[in-house]
Amino acid sequence: MYQYDSYDQAMVDTRVEEFRDQTRRRLEGKLSEDQFKPLRLMNGLYLQLHAYMLRVAIPYGTLDSRQMHALADIADKYDRGYGHFTTRQNIQYNWIKLEDAPDILADLAKVEMHAIQTSGNCIRNISSDHFAGAAADEVADPRPYAELLRQWSSFHPEFSYLPRKFKIAVIASDSDRAAMKLHDIGIQIVRNDAGELGAAFFVGGGMGRTPMIAPCIRDFVPLDQLVTYAEACLRVYNRHGRRDNKYKARIKILVHEMGAEEYARQVEEEFAHLLEQGIEPPLAELERIRPYFADPEFETGLPSELDRSDPEFALWADSNTHPHKTPGYVSAIISLKPVGGIPGDASARQMHLMAELAKQYSFDELRVMHTQNIVLPHVRIADLHALWSQLEAAGLGAPNLDTIEDIIACPGLDYCSLANARSIPIAQRISERFAAKGRTRELGELKLKISGCINACGHHHAGHIGILGVDKKGVENYQLLLGGSEAQDTSLAKITGPGFDEAGIVDAVETATEVYLSNRTEGERFLDTYRRIGMEPFKEALYG
Amino acid sequence: MNILTGNDLKSGAVVWWDGTGWSLYVDDAVDVGDRAEEILAREQSARRVNAAYAISANRDDNGVRPAHIKERVRALGPTVRPDLTLKPKDPAAMNWVI
Repeated sequence: MYQYDSYDQAMVDTRVEEFRDQTRRRLEGKLSEDQFKPLRLMNGLYLQLHAYMLRVAIPYGTLDSRQMHALADIADKYDRGYGHFTTRQNIQYNWIKLEDAPDILADLAKVEMHAIQTSGNCIRNISSDHFAGAAADEVADPRPYAELLRQWSSFHPEFSYLPRKFKIAVIASDSDRAAMKLHDIGIQIVRNDAGELGAAFFVGGGMGRTPMIAPCIRDFVPLDQLVTYAEACLRVYNRHGRRDNKYKARIKILVHEMGAEEYARQVEEEFAHLLEQGIEPPLAELERIRPYFADPEFETGLPSELDRSDPEFALWADSNTHPHKTPGYVSAIISLKPVGGIPGDASARQMHLMAELAKQYSFDELRVMHTQNIVLPHVRIADLHALWSQLEAAGLGAPNLDTIEDIIACPGLDYCSLANARSIPIAQRISERFAAKGRTRELGELKLKISGCINACGHHHAGHIGILGVDKKGVENYQLLLGGSEAQDTSLAKITGPGFDEAGIVDAVETATEVYLSNRTEGERFLDTYRRIGMEPFKEALYG
Repeated sequence: MNILTGNDLKSGAVVWWDGTGWSLYVDDAVDVGDRAEEILAREQSARRVNAAYAISANRDDNGVRPAHIKERVRALGPTVRPDLTLKPKDPAAMNWVI
């Protein structure tokens, strides 16, 4: 994985000292909160319901054991012994003291991490496929390109005060595991008929209060013009984005109102202008980055057979592994969704264990999934049982990937100052309900996503089943949505009808699954059945 | 009743105006009547508390209870981690939050 050079390290170290000075001035009363707030937000420090919250960037979700140990140490030393992995492949700490924040950033800098651009109207942490570099179906490892874009977007002076926040995802396979079309810019590395690699640009997607699927504005940008084209996309947005209205300031609104064709035309015009300026980083920079993402030394001739004599292990292996490009290996997924647990939370002890397991079994690499689980990308099939045994003993062995128990949930009203309703307890009750009834396996792939407000951090628009918490005259109420997908068949979920109370929404989810079970045909997922039979049978069952 | 709340500048902890300073416990909150703006302006300059504001609450036999659920969650702590609330050993503590 990428390692900082002296410039990277100097930038991060300098930023830590700058923030240390700003924090000191705030604590001494020399800066007001109005003056300090934008400064702390630029360093990922929010003020949430119960305390300050620090969001730490994990570029494209990749980290090593040294970094995961450091994240665990921060949880123990400065927080309350746990962290929360987010839908942008980052980690958040919920109980940070302002006076500790500079020391935390210094500890992060020692392991080549930071919290820069995890807030504010700038280009946020770039996300990617959590199986990058391991997946059998990718045309290239997307991470060198994500890293190039990370370097381009870090402290970019022109894009530090955009109309609104800006999120980019980079993938390199037809299977979309990063919700690419629901980003401000989604980039898919593709191979053309001549065998050359290039980038397809999807611009103007997003969730939030106005969900939109990004249209493709160019299906092939040569990779030696990748940064220039991204710059052109941002420039047109920066020029025309609605700074007068926060709710219309995201690029999706601009692309929608301007029209994708006109937006693309203006991007092409800007692109042509920028090509003349020669802003593209030299190819040597990409070639400097690429070796950091070279394959580890995979063994050859390894057995691909799985010993299935332990049925519980076999269940986990069937559910929580993904095919690897190298025979004898798989990517193993560590579920952070124990039945009745808090989606995405991991204790410091669990983080230390995952770090050790990465070192022992996965060439020292871990990935954070946007679905709030952790991946060990390169595990020998022969080691899977030993790995699972240790995970199981630590409460990390839930065999539930992509099932109704594998719920994305935002922190909701339990932690977030923007939320209108709690998300986590709903996730807990649903996973408990389906686990108790033994229905999880029977339902197969069913992606359930819960947001505690319209900002949609829990991706409810993209759930096969989505739940949106709202405030109904001071009481929590939950809307049910059906039919969303953030995969390559991206679609936006639709609201079923009137909302439900806390108990009612769990019943409603069960009712929806019953409609599915009684209507599905051979091999159909929940989403497939919904798309075939439509909303009406579900509405009929839910509302009579 | 009208009570004042905010977050402690150094720790970020939720705090409540108790008449002379800021307490961690909502039960210490006092009714500020129509003096909210005056106290908030003074405390803003003292820079002990962040983003303070006034909310509605009720006092019953059990103590002071904010009117809105968000403030009740702030008053006690996350409902999903009773071990991290201000009353970790009181299994009934959540009853008044939800």
